Amino acid sequence: MYFDSLGAALAMEGHGGFVWAAYGICLLVVVLILLAPRRRQKKILLRLAGEQKRQQGNPTTVEEGK
Amino acid sequence: MWSFFHKLGSPPWLYRIAGSILRWLLPITLLALCVGLVWGLLFTAPDFRQGNSYRIIYIHVPAAVVALAGYYVMAIAGAVSLIWKMKMADVAMRACAPIGAALTFIALVTGSIWGKPTWGTWWVWDARITSMLILLFLYLGVVALYEAYDNKEAAGKACAVLSLVGTVNIPIIYKSVDWWYSLHQPASIKFTGESSIDPSMLYPLLLMITAFYALFTCCLLMNMRADILDRESRTGWVKKLALEYRA
Repeated sequence: MYFDSLGAALAMEGHGGFVWAAYGICLLVVVLILLAPRRRQKKILLRLAGEQKRQQGNPTTVEEGK
Repeated sequence: MWSFFHKLGSPPWLYRIAGSILRWLLPITLLALCVGLVWGLLFTAPDFRQGNSYRIIYIHVPAAVVALAGYYVMAIAGAVSLIWKMKMADVAMRACAPIGAALTFIALVTGSIWGKPTWGTWWVWDARITSMLILLFLYLGVVALYEAYDNKEAAGKACAVLSLVGTVNIPIIYKSVDWWYSLHQPASIKFTGESSIDPSMLYPLLLMITAFYALFTCCLLMNMRADILDRESRTGWVKKLALEYRA
């Protein structure tokens, strides 16, 4: 490791605030773009499963719906 | 060859194949990102002129490079969907836009943070930075334009035209540092000729660029899978998938 201690790695000779802020923001955005499609996929599948369950429970409304 | 293209246009096939690619590509991507981040942040020597602030390069350059490459992917997908009316190309084009916007945002914000200790300013209307800001607006424009239409077919066409027109901006971004010599430095990595960056800094940077390409691919496939489910929600295979998911 280049730095002697954790404190030195955090401070980075005065540039720590800039470097860690940049990495923090980057990490946050990366996590968001990784999680967003998973959430959307989960929501769609759950909605469809719910719709089918309702249709199976009440077949007459399905016929009317057509 | 033709059967491959034929399969590429089939939503259930694309959904399945994207899923099986993600199963191995996603863990490798996350591992490469972690290794690259720790390497760049803690194990490389500081720059002799910029000190430690240069470490931002390991996220700034990869994000900017992939944001530009992603625009090509979006524009090519847009062209394919316009010319051959391929539904899955439209899905791919739409999937690129939010990822490209996020990467351009990372490049702009990290560049701004890097600018403060290096140039003494957060922002400057330099040619490279301004053209990157236009790239962000183009990506966001595609996202917003798609949402603005009720008719999704018309929305796809409008977005494809917008992304094709926007390609004019890409060579301007690439060449901006050579055409207008201002604050932003020219490229340090060159395909032809010697790079002006030490190998000890170059290797983690190349790893991060590769990892960001892989990250783009993963997000693209995940966005496409979600969009396919949404578009095909009336079909039998998606309904079956939903029931299996609940069970």
